[in-house]
Amino acid sequence: MPQEKLVIIGAGMAAGRLLENLVESAPDRFDVTLFNAEPRGTYNRIMLSPVLSGEKTYQEIVTHDDDWYAGHKVNCRFGEKVLEVDRERKVVIGEKGDVPYDRLVIATGSNPFIIPLPGHDLSGVIAYRDLDDTDTMIDACQPASRAVVVGGGLLGLEAAAGLRLRGMDVTVIHLAPTLMERQLDPSAGYLLEKELASRGITILTGANTKEIYGDGKVDGVRLEDGTEIPASLVVMAVGIRPNVEVGKLAGLEVGRGIKVNGVMQTSDPDIYSVGECVEFDGNCYGLVAPLFEQAQVCAKVLTGQGEPEFSHSETATKLKVTGVDLYSAGDFAEGDNRDEIVFRDPGRGIYKRLILEEGRLIGAVLYGETSDGAWFFDKIKKAEFIEEDERATLIFGQSYAGGSPLDPMAAVAALPDEAEICGCNGVSKGQILSAIDEKGLADLDGVRACTKASSSCGTCTGLVESLLALKLGDAFTASAKKTVCQCTDLGHDDVRRLIASQELKSIPAVMQELGWKTSCGCAKCRPALNFYLLAAWPGEYVDDHQSRFINERVHANIQKDGTYSVVPRTWGGVTTASELRAIADVVDKFDIPTVKYTGGQRIDMLGVKKEDLPAVWADLNAAGMVSGHAYGKSLRTVKTCVGTDWCRVGTQDSTGLGIKLEKLMWGSWTPHKVKLAVSGCPRNCAEATCKDIGVVCVDSGYEIHFAGAAGMEVKATELLTKVTNEAEAVEMCTAVLQLYREQGFYLERIYKWAARVGLDRVYAQIVEDAENRANLVERFAYSQRFAQIDPWAERATGGVDAHEFKKLEPVG
Amino acid sequence: MGSQIAIMSWAELCGLEDIPLRGSRRVTLDTEEVAVFRTATNTVFAIQNACPHKGGPLSEGIVHDTAVSCPLHAMVIDLETGRARGADTGCVRTYPIEIREGGRVYIGLQAG
Ligand code: SRM
Ligand SMILES: Cc1cc2nc3c(=O)[nH]c(=O)nc-3n(C[C@H](O)[C@H](O)[C@H](O)COP(=O)(O)OP(=O)(O)OC[C@H]3O[C@@H](n4cnc5c(N)ncnc54)[C@H](O)[C@@H]3O)c2cc1C
Ligand code: SF4
Ligand code: FES
Repeated sequence: MPQEKLVIIGAGMAAGRLLENLVESAPDRFDVTLFNAEPRGTYNRIMLSPVLSGEKTYQEIVTHDDDWYAGHKVNCRFGEKVLEVDRERKVVIGEKGDVPYDRLVIATGSNPFIIPLPGHDLSGVIAYRDLDDTDTMIDACQPASRAVVVGGGLLGLEAAAGLRLRGMDVTVIHLAPTLMERQLDPSAGYLLEKELASRGITILTGANTKEIYGDGKVDGVRLEDGTEIPASLVVMAVGIRPNVEVGKLAGLEVGRGIKVNGVMQTSDPDIYSVGECVEFDGNCYGLVAPLFEQAQVCAKVLTGQGEPEFSHSETATKLKVTGVDLYSAGDFAEGDNRDEIVFRDPGRGIYKRLILEEGRLIGAVLYGETSDGAWFFDKIKKAEFIEEDERATLIFGQSYAGGSPLDPMAAVAALPDEAEICGCNGVSKGQILSAIDEKGLADLDGVRACTKASSSCGTCTGLVESLLALKLGDAFTASAKKTVCQCTDLGHDDVRRLIASQELKSIPAVMQELGWKTSCGCAKCRPALNFYLLAAWPGEYVDDHQSRFINERVHANIQKDGTYSVVPRTWGGVTTASELRAIADVVDKFDIPTVKYTGGQRIDMLGVKKEDLPAVWADLNAAGMVSGHAYGKSLRTVKTCVGTDWCRVGTQDSTGLGIKLEKLMWGSWTPHKVKLAVSGCPRNCAEATCKDIGVVCVDSGYEIHFAGAAGMEVKATELLTKVTNEAEAVEMCTAVLQLYREQGFYLERIYKWAARVGLDRVYAQIVEDAENRANLVERFAYSQRFAQIDPWAERATGGVDAHEFKKLEPVG
Repeated sequence: MGSQIAIMSWAELCGLEDIPLRGSRRVTLDTEEVAVFRTATNTVFAIQNACPHKGGPLSEGIVHDTAVSCPLHAMVIDLETGRARGADTGCVRTYPIEIREGGRVYIGLQAG
């Protein structure tokens, strides 16, 4: 019987595996012709990264060399692209001539996706897909040269790590806020970013590339925000698209990929397809495991063995960067009927998260310690039921499996005396127990003070509490301290202290290093963390708008019907005819149903449609008005009275001082809202003695008050001090505000903060310590440099958060 | 799942990147306003944009894991099932979502 003519288009990894399977089971059955656009046969594409980094050579990753092809009588047409397939005549048309086929396999893989940015066609801009790209990168590695990698996914990071190992200065630009967001949750993404940064790779997340510049060849990359990064090499690693060209030209059924059934057959029964170019049941693949399975199915079908069937299954991802242990498999999104088990060991940089659904493991993200990856992956694929007792120790992996589940108290009791409890300070169980005995300690603070245990990162707090409970029994009731929320055992004070001492600068950093129990927090902790980070790292921390309550996200107050109210700033309660006219015009133009004077000496426009907000602000901005922050945990109003300007009994310029204070303080974010007032005499018409900070002018100077309230509680202010001139009054008020910003718990008004820390402490730090006072004022001034940007203008004309104000338009 | 619907057709909404991570967009389908969310782990959900409590616009809430906290009185609605979490009761309609080629987000439209 004459040999059947089999043509294979593409000699990539799928085709390589197919050929191996074929020659194994039916060595002489086919007369094979193998086309490959690349001028070489099959090599292990996934090992290009070690070639790039210099850890392997190209020769080491070749899987099929000339001898192999010759030995198996494969007709190789390497370096020749297939242009078309003529299905009627059953011939494949290559660049150098036609080849007839009985059966055909298309294995053309995929094409890297190049974002069509201005400059994408400059020389020095490349993708990362084949040996030639790798060689180009290696050639570009000159001393002191710089590279930019666009895309912080698997490929981009492998490219970046490789280039860095070869001495390049590398910057990764990534659109999403965390790296590899398709495979990793934000916590693992944060750890990865930290690790790569420590290797000297600059990582810019949340960054959007605007253009690549250069004359003929690339000189650098410009971001949306104007930042320029000089580079002589730009690697685009933003994704792949199935290469369906040949299939499409041949008129086969094509969706995202070339459509195949379970036996890898396309819409033409004589044409098969395997690899990344394929679409099966709506799925396309980008990792080799499923492609190898496809190759095996295809080989069996071609040789008529059994009834194989390809089926979709989960894939697992590992990053091939030496020294980075990272593993992700299955579906790791959260869900209502899903449970997560999270384990964090901040000291060793370990994070593990397992996702269970209806008692079965469906996903796993591991960072820092991945030896159990395969074991978890196996459980995911088998969808085996996890019994209750197994579940308790599941996260500890295979080596622990089968061990008896531990009750935390019993576990602590079972520890030997030498066991280290506090890793940060090297304190053992025995030391803590004897300190409790000898010093008669009864609570956590006592243990912290005497032994230092639990006083640094705080993640051993639970263990220390268990030891106290063990030693003291009922006499110890775990500290009744309020935690930030259910996502953590830490209180607000611990979180604020640790953000500063450990220099934590992002929400994922806080959650990882402080052992958060959930993967992305909740509506309670996220706004608090966002404020603490903003207050701790002015100018450095990037505000996370999605961690803000809606009012602060869109800079207006949401109303019960979903519309918004708009309150422009009225400095010290003083307005002008032209401002009033502009407000009147805006009300008419946008059909605003209600205009009202607020209790805070300004005007509120209520019932504005969300879509209209930017245009309303643009008109108000044009008349010189800015946001009044009536919506924020921030500086609200500064009420004033008419003072010496007009009042027959006024003692000082209360209006002027109020305006000065408001101009100085507006825009600052605070733990809760802050309201000020300045009255021109003790008759107190501006109600200064029930405000967060109040000034009452008297003949001899200024009384500075603070910690008043007139809301759910009504409380007269405390007198902080008395000063003789206006500059001192401003300094005192500013110092109070900054101290509150640095010490207040989120959602704690000034009067509650003062009661908690003690009035004496406030006097000591502000009134009695001039140097400290000056430092507070200086720190406030520094943070205001980044805060006094009108959020309305940023949104009305600056394009910030444009998605908020525009509805989607469905198509189809 | 909340109230199941028979899908008649799919409408293309936007690209995945057009919805901010842990954020949302709004869209009006026929006469109903729908909120489309993208979670931290890149799952997209669509639900009726009216809180079962007092009709608050859920699109304006804070998104955490696969839930949103209503901006008006902080009821927590599960995005997958459309049901209130915890002790609260109440439920909103959910819409099927598909992410197709190039990260295009499609929403399934109801029969009739
Ligand atoms: C508009 C206004 C009422 C008015 O029509 O006059 C108002 C409206 C609201 N107040 Fe107020 N308060 C307004 C002056 C006051 C005052 C009077 C004042 O500032 O001199 C107080 C008492 C003083 C104080 O703050 O201690 C006041 C004490 C409160 C409280 C209780 C705070 C407390 O700690 O006890 C809340 C609730 C909260 O913040 O948690 C609140 C909350 C609110 C909220 C934001 C309700 C909410 O949580 O959504 C209202 C928003 C309406 C909107 O969309 O505009 N509002 N609110 C006033 C805006 C002033 C401004 O120009 O910015
Ligand atoms: C740097 C890098 C690292 C990777 N790391 C991993 C990893 O760690 N784990 C993992 O599972 N996967 C990894 N991958 C992905 C993996 O390499 C691919 O999934 C796999 O190579 C796809 O195999 P394929 O045969 O479908 O396509 P390919 O291997 O791309 O082969 C397709 C071949 O077809 C040829 N061709 C295309 N069109 C024509 C035409 N018209 N005529 C003739 N020839 C044509 C192409 O030149 C190419 O050689 C990595 C990929 C890269 C680039
Ligand atoms: S007093 Fe109550 S109802 Fe009136 S504006 Fe203030 S919060 Fe709203
Ligand atoms: S309207 Fe949503 S909680 Fe009240």
